[in-house]
Amino acid sequence: MATTHSQRLGRWVLAPSLAVLSGWAFVPLVIAIYFSFLRYNLQSDNTGWIGLNNFYYFFTDPYFLKNLINTVLLVSFTLATTVIGGVFLALLLDQPFWGRGVVRILMISPFFIMPTVSSLVWKNLIMHPVFGLFAAIQTYFGVLQPLDWFASAPLLSVTIIVSWQWLPYATLILLTALQSLDEEQKDASEMDGAGPIAYFRYIVLPHLARPIAVVVLIETIFLLNIFAEIKVTSAGGFAGNLTYLVFSDLNDSNDIGEAAAGGLVAVVLANLISYFLVRVVGKNLEA
Amino acid sequence: MGTIRLNQVRKVFGDTIVIPGADLEINEGEFIVFVGPSGCGKSTLLRLIAGLEDVTSGTISINGTDVTDVPPAERRLAMVFQSYALYPHMSVRDNIAFPLKMAKLPQEKINKAVQLAAAKLNLTDYLDRKPRQLSGGQRQRVAIGRAIVREPTAFLFDEPLSNLDAALRVNMRVEIMQMHKDMKATMIYVTHDQVEAMTMADRIVVLNQGKIEQVGSPLDLYNKPNSRFVAGFIGSPKMNLLENETLGVRPEHIALSDTAGEWHGTVKFAEHLGSDTFLHVDGGSRGNITVRAVGESSFYAGDQIWMTPDKDRIHRFNQEGRVIR
Amino acid sequence: MARKQPVVRTLFVTVLAWIVGLIMFFPIFWTAVAALKTESDAYTLPLNWLSTPWTLENFGIVQDRSNYALYIRNTVVIAFLSTILGLCFAVPAAWSMAFAPVKEPSISWSGKRWLATIFLTAFVVGLGLYALNWDLTNRAALGLGALIITTVPLTLWVFSRNTTDALLWMLSTKMMPPAGALIPIYLIFTRNGLVFKDWGWIDLTEWNLMDSFWGMVPLMMLLNLPIIIWMLFTYFKEIPDEILEASRMDGASLWNEITKILLPMAVPGIVSTCLLNLILAWNEAFWSLNLTNRYAAPLSFMISEYSSPEGQFWAKLSAASLMAIVPILIIGWFSQRQLVRGLTFGAVK
Repeated sequence: MATTHSQRLGRWVLAPSLAVLSGWAFVPLVIAIYFSFLRYNLQSDNTGWIGLNNFYYFFTDPYFLKNLINTVLLVSFTLATTVIGGVFLALLLDQPFWGRGVVRILMISPFFIMPTVSSLVWKNLIMHPVFGLFAAIQTYFGVLQPLDWFASAPLLSVTIIVSWQWLPYATLILLTALQSLDEEQKDASEMDGAGPIAYFRYIVLPHLARPIAVVVLIETIFLLNIFAEIKVTSAGGFAGNLTYLVFSDLNDSNDIGEAAAGGLVAVVLANLISYFLVRVVGKNLEA
Repeated sequence: MGTIRLNQVRKVFGDTIVIPGADLEINEGEFIVFVGPSGCGKSTLLRLIAGLEDVTSGTISINGTDVTDVPPAERRLAMVFQSYALYPHMSVRDNIAFPLKMAKLPQEKINKAVQLAAAKLNLTDYLDRKPRQLSGGQRQRVAIGRAIVREPTAFLFDEPLSNLDAALRVNMRVEIMQMHKDMKATMIYVTHDQVEAMTMADRIVVLNQGKIEQVGSPLDLYNKPNSRFVAGFIGSPKMNLLENETLGVRPEHIALSDTAGEWHGTVKFAEHLGSDTFLHVDGGSRGNITVRAVGESSFYAGDQIWMTPDKDRIHRFNQEGRVIR
Repeated sequence: MARKQPVVRTLFVTVLAWIVGLIMFFPIFWTAVAALKTESDAYTLPLNWLSTPWTLENFGIVQDRSNYALYIRNTVVIAFLSTILGLCFAVPAAWSMAFAPVKEPSISWSGKRWLATIFLTAFVVGLGLYALNWDLTNRAALGLGALIITTVPLTLWVFSRNTTDALLWMLSTKMMPPAGALIPIYLIFTRNGLVFKDWGWIDLTEWNLMDSFWGMVPLMMLLNLPIIIWMLFTYFKEIPDEILEASRMDGASLWNEITKILLPMAVPGIVSTCLLNLILAWNEAFWSLNLTNRYAAPLSFMISEYSSPEGQFWAKLSAASLMAIVPILIIGWFSQRQLVRGLTFGAVK
């Protein structure tokens, strides 16, 4: 409980943070809206209003549909891999075994690798069609023409890299949640005659429902914005997502207006998703 | 100096009225106890005096100066909290010295005052420990030490003994009373335990739902309660309330006989404590009656019993619960 | 007490867990191996990595070729400065929300209030532009007017929320996709003269934020500020109110209350907040790739320079990668537990 005096003071010291975040949230948004109505090219500068045409161009761009599908595929595949793999790994790491601490550190490490590094290492050292590790394994098993990952399956390749980065995150969070599961519940369920599978189905899985929801929502926010992995591996033409499309509108066609419109579309999509995230997270805020 | 005066102090949280309007005058050197059931607003009233909450309306003055809008740091009061609220990252020495450092006293004076307080409270050997290395009673002493070093206008205690075990609580109670005797400082003490209130207070303030029910010395409250609430709250075991709660008589003011008396009943069970015996009697149409017999009583469960209340010590209440004199 | 596991089972779990852990770690291990080989050996790695000689020459080559020292300096400057700057904003904000929360919003927004605020802002803006003798029909005045008329009421709205809402709102800014802000930020950074000149604003052509710490540090701070505030808030929440009240009774001013009591008690929380923020800032790629190219470019950018193949470059790529990730990898290992709290916004404890 606080006095009016400290509350008034509280308002004032909160103000700088609120002000800069308001600026960060609203000013770019308004500028983006403004520019999305302009015919504006970096070469020819501003050549007047064109109403909603920027949105029209963005939606009818052949890459829009392709990249939208890529976005959805990338997000959903990665989510599926990381959540299913994460549950499995969390269950595994929750068991007592020798060297748990070390394995935990090995497991979590990929999450701390910067995206540019993991992209280039995977693309060159591991997925290279001739000298890569996967190619070597295939050759060892007698395959004459090893798979050229980025040429024949660019989206899959990017998905593998991204999943490798995010699997540790899902594992770590689900493991933390598992460790908060009351040991007595296991004993009680055993007394009630539940085997390991029934225990997992009726005790563990319901306990994990919420952390899984959190992992799905937060990963979604980050996965929608995957950029470096696509840019650095030069997979943009085949595996580009919406973020990449906005970037290429700016970088390749120098079309400020259309890029602004595309950015706004991405904002709308992300807000639809974050709306649900805030609802889930908000329930925890009651202190 | 150490007079505190509350004038029509009112506190409202949102829609709930916590203190509907309290008037109280506390004299210099008095030991005042706020007592009442939990949620009666006694802690809130203390925190209003401390300045940790601000009053909705009304004024508080200390030594004749209006301090209603003065922040707690400048009221020159000291407070001992229920959880002791020691600073966990500081040694005992730094904890005790903190108020003096805040008052910007020179270092040597601080050292001297800390040594003095520590000696008084038997903490000298623990000065370099951290609070987490101390026992509950020692932490309590540190909290008291932190309060006494700066020689405040008045001491505020917010249920300081409720986290201690029973034996320690009695010891600390005596120590606080001794401290009051030595320092002759004004002290305000909040508790829900009427025994603490009765044993320690010069005057007791009984609170009920934010209202001050009665202010008076312990024996005043015991002998002349103003209301059914005070009558029921003060005294142990509780006063018997009979005849639709309009008649009250304390268990110790009933004479017993196995042959004749005013009321008849059957002993349901008896608590033999040695010094006293508490008899729980089924008084038929009168309901349950508790009787206290001095020493070892010869009554046992199932015995027939006659009881005669002491005519001079019967309390009568009206429908609103006020006493009729 | 848990019962004793059969040894066979523990053995099985151990083997399985180690296999999985080693597979997950393998790409990092493999990078380290390649970094310690000569260029030509790096290309024949999988078959004979144990028989080829080890070398440290690549690290020197990376420094000579891409000036590693510059990039790591930039990364450290951006990561540390943005963290410190973030703390300056976040500590008071988190204190305010944890210890002086506002339960009731100070203004309740109705349709009428909204309209009145917007019209009033528009009126004041119009008056200002008129007083400055600006042509109210040109696009410049229009754009600036639109910016102010939308930003001011929205900011007021944010300010009038109660604490819980304000916190949620702050977190939600973290969810804004960078693609949406790319164009405005790019324009402000690179061609601000152009943007603002076009709007009739003062000529700021000389004031270029592109590829500078003046741009990158505040940007990185803004990106992570919601997470810093959130984490500090949860750590502050764990400190009992009574201790701060005790310090107030002991005569401490607000400054002393925060610097002598609150901050020392919250040190573990502040350290883990800083570590998480360092990790996020260190690995940030989207804005680094788009807004820097040399002077203020961090390690992310340096690595991306290796994306176009030029002769044999794997050993050098691996060495550069290793040099870029090792510092933050070590910090990450130490702060993995705090990561959960920060990156789930407290939804998982």
